[in-house]
Amino acid sequence: MNEPIHNTTSRDHGPETIPVVELRGITKAFPGVLANDHIDLALRGGEVHCLLGENGAGKSTLMSILSGMVQPDEGDIRVHGEPTRLASPKRAIEMGIGMVYQHTTLVPTLTVLDNLMMGALGTFRLDEAGSRARLAEVAGMLGVDVDPDAETATLALGQQQQIEIIKALWRGSKVLILDEPTSMLTPRGVEELARALERLKGHGMAVVLITHKLHEATSMGDRVTVLKQGRVVGRLEPDELRGRSHDELQPVIVAMMFGEQEEAEPELVELQEHVVPVRGARELPREALLELVDVHVAPRGGELGVRGVDLSVRPGEILGIAGVDGNGQRELAEAIAGQRHVSSGEIRFQSLHIDRLSVWQRERMGLRYVSDDRMGEGTVAALPVGLNLVLKRIGQAPFWRRGSIRHAEIERNAREKIEEFAIRTPGPGTRIGTLSGGNIQKVVLARELAHEPKLVVYNKPTYGLDIVTTRTVRERIEALAAEGVSALVISTDLDELVALCDRIAVISRGRIAGIVENGAGAAQRVGELMVGGQAEVA
Amino acid sequence: MSDLLTTDVLTALIAGGILAGVPLLFASLGEMVAERAGVLNIGLEGYMLIGAYFGFLVAYHGGNTFLGFLGGAAAGAAVSLIMVALCVQMGLDQIVVGIAITLVAEGATALIFDANFAESRPTLGATGRIDIPGLSQLPVVGGADTSDGSIFSQPPIVYIGLIIVALTAWTLRRTHWGLNIRAAGDKPSALDAAGVSVVATRAWATIFCGAMAGLGGAYLSITAAGLFEDFITQGRGFIAIVLAMLARGKALWVLIGSFVFGISLSISDVLQIAGVDISTDLVFMLPFVTVIVVLILFGRRSYLPAALALPYVRGAR
Ligand SMILES: Nc1ncnc2c1ncn2[C@@H]1O[C@H](COP(=O)(O)OP(=O)(O)OP(=O)(O)O)[C@@H](O)[C@H]1O
Ligand SMILES: [Mg+2]
Repeated sequence: MNEPIHNTTSRDHGPETIPVVELRGITKAFPGVLANDHIDLALRGGEVHCLLGENGAGKSTLMSILSGMVQPDEGDIRVHGEPTRLASPKRAIEMGIGMVYQHTTLVPTLTVLDNLMMGALGTFRLDEAGSRARLAEVAGMLGVDVDPDAETATLALGQQQQIEIIKALWRGSKVLILDEPTSMLTPRGVEELARALERLKGHGMAVVLITHKLHEATSMGDRVTVLKQGRVVGRLEPDELRGRSHDELQPVIVAMMFGEQEEAEPELVELQEHVVPVRGARELPREALLELVDVHVAPRGGELGVRGVDLSVRPGEILGIAGVDGNGQRELAEAIAGQRHVSSGEIRFQSLHIDRLSVWQRERMGLRYVSDDRMGEGTVAALPVGLNLVLKRIGQAPFWRRGSIRHAEIERNAREKIEEFAIRTPGPGTRIGTLSGGNIQKVVLARELAHEPKLVVYNKPTYGLDIVTTRTVRERIEALAAEGVSALVISTDLDELVALCDRIAVISRGRIAGIVENGAGAAQRVGELMVGGQAEVA
Repeated sequence: MSDLLTTDVLTALIAGGILAGVPLLFASLGEMVAERAGVLNIGLEGYMLIGAYFGFLVAYHGGNTFLGFLGGAAAGAAVSLIMVALCVQMGLDQIVVGIAITLVAEGATALIFDANFAESRPTLGATGRIDIPGLSQLPVVGGADTSDGSIFSQPPIVYIGLIIVALTAWTLRRTHWGLNIRAAGDKPSALDAAGVSVVATRAWATIFCGAMAGLGGAYLSITAAGLFEDFITQGRGFIAIVLAMLARGKALWVLIGSFVFGISLSISDVLQIAGVDISTDLVFMLPFVTVIVVLILFGRRSYLPAALALPYVRGAR
């Protein structure tokens, strides 16, 4: 299992060295979609290989084939030049392939150490002492600090992700696959990840990085492969990448990803980059649509809860909530949506006390919530797309009439939304669980924005979405705001907030650390507040 | 009222609680382990019945109680293979299969028992007891001054039960098997991604459950009754399922719960000793009333693994 690494410094040898892993003609079909269509890919030691592509392009499928989770229909895989069948995750791990999946594979009820020890071979008794030592070693290699005895569910997503990476490296992997590791991270978290990847490259590891953020690809990647509808539609070799600046590469990659029709739109290129046009101050009605007065929410296992938040959102206003993930954002959002009780304080919507109203009543009033837990509470994986689109309207006209379901209406509604939001699915009858991560998010958005919303709480609305869809979603939030629909946008992505919001509140340790009017220098002040809030804790 | 609190009555209550609690202990311990791995064995009653019948059969023909217990455990494990094949491997509905197992086991044991022993209706002799030196001589709890048995003088299977509880707790907490079982119930995809077979983990947990329930059933026929009769388990399998759920995956709580329910099951004898005269119908209802009361009081406490009763298919989403 511990064969020597063949090409620790392949960048110096050039492309003629044997790749650590080579995929040839990989093809995989699912009912109604060709997820991978004769894909060739070579991964070399000491390199970060970026895999890009729109939602549903087949990136996760291809990598799951490499981790033994999915079996290809056709094609072969070579590891160190040897033809290999990766029949199970166990086999892939034995071959030195470690993967961090798009959706977490940590057991929330177990401690960090238990999660890491899972699957280790050799002993019958758990080797706690040895595992602690190994943890210190791997954490040191990555340059991170983790508490081995913490219950995993209590950790912030960024920390959970570090543990996923440690887990992927645990058994001495030589290939590390990261499926959208940065979508939940703050800019600081991304920097830390980039540094960790540098170190791993230094150890001769081959890294695959899947991301939707082009600047990450151009800054971290040594090689780029672009997928579209299951096919490779473009590659950038190390020499093509190295000589050129980010601004030069951007349009090239975007053209590969979305083809000619999108190339013509210059704003797309800027979209995820630096801070795009800051919104001008707008005339908004004075009175508040949503008001929170000294709201407290009791924490549940490991959370911080909300500890006295005052906020008000005016009609048509877009209020951002910035902050490091796990500082009370979800608790706040759920309290507003009615999924949690407020332990003290008041929530008023259209001047009415809504503290005691059910989720359903609030939703009828036009208060909507786009959860960041799209797999768990956002959708029912086993139900078709069509039903998921009307999940919050069960029993109501026009989808139900006198207690009986009206399939034609549901189907018509589904077709409309699929078209409108460009949801990539074989059809309205497809189980939603089989869609790609980004497309599931589109379904949730389509549902929540239907039927005259008045205020929408978005928790990380563009997380995991490709550039084009991200743009569509942001445009939609803005268009709704122009019609007077307010938005509370919770995000860890500061650029997104600056691009979108009228005001930005910073949440830290369950409190609002400050509120900043958007405009020149806003990003910096928000950044300071975030840091200040953190420093206060330390 | 004073009659109720004599040492005789108390000792009988505790000793009776242990005796009646042992079959619950085995069955709910097995069920707890299987549930932690994500398999809900509604067929627990069926495993117990089969264990009771074959345990009795082996003990009767083999003339040895221990062989009987082994036979009961093996029979229970064998029946649980149905669950393994249909639910763990093929992913059929665990509740439907579980109910079917119980129904079939009820009919089948009654039928074969009648075919073989309808005339003779044999009984087994009383089983020996092991005294714990010293403790069994203690007054009151040791039973030295009472007519009924001592708390520290029990059939060997009781001590074996305690050892199995301790071993199970240790295995769950300290070994890879235990870790795999805990992960299989809470997030099977994580276990699979770590390179461990979810099917194998769940299969072994289910077989363990079958063996334990079979052992509990064998105890009923061999030690408690000394004979087999139709539906000898009288719903204990279902009580054990409730116990396993209330134990939140902890072997110690299984032990405590079994003892408490054992007391409620054995209370009729105790009332006789105390000379209280209540309708037997009422007394037989007591364990089930206890279940309801306990569920009302502690139902919220029950913790069920996230993936309980959900089949796992790799890569399905
Ligand atoms: N288990 C499955 N069953 C059915 N269809 C599937 C399954 N897995 C993937 N697909 C389909 O294959 C296609 C590719 O999905 P994949 O998850 O690989 O996309 P992706 O490139 O990772 O997208 P995203 O950026 O949104 O994560 C999608 O159309 C998806 O619906
Ligand atoms: Mg994906």
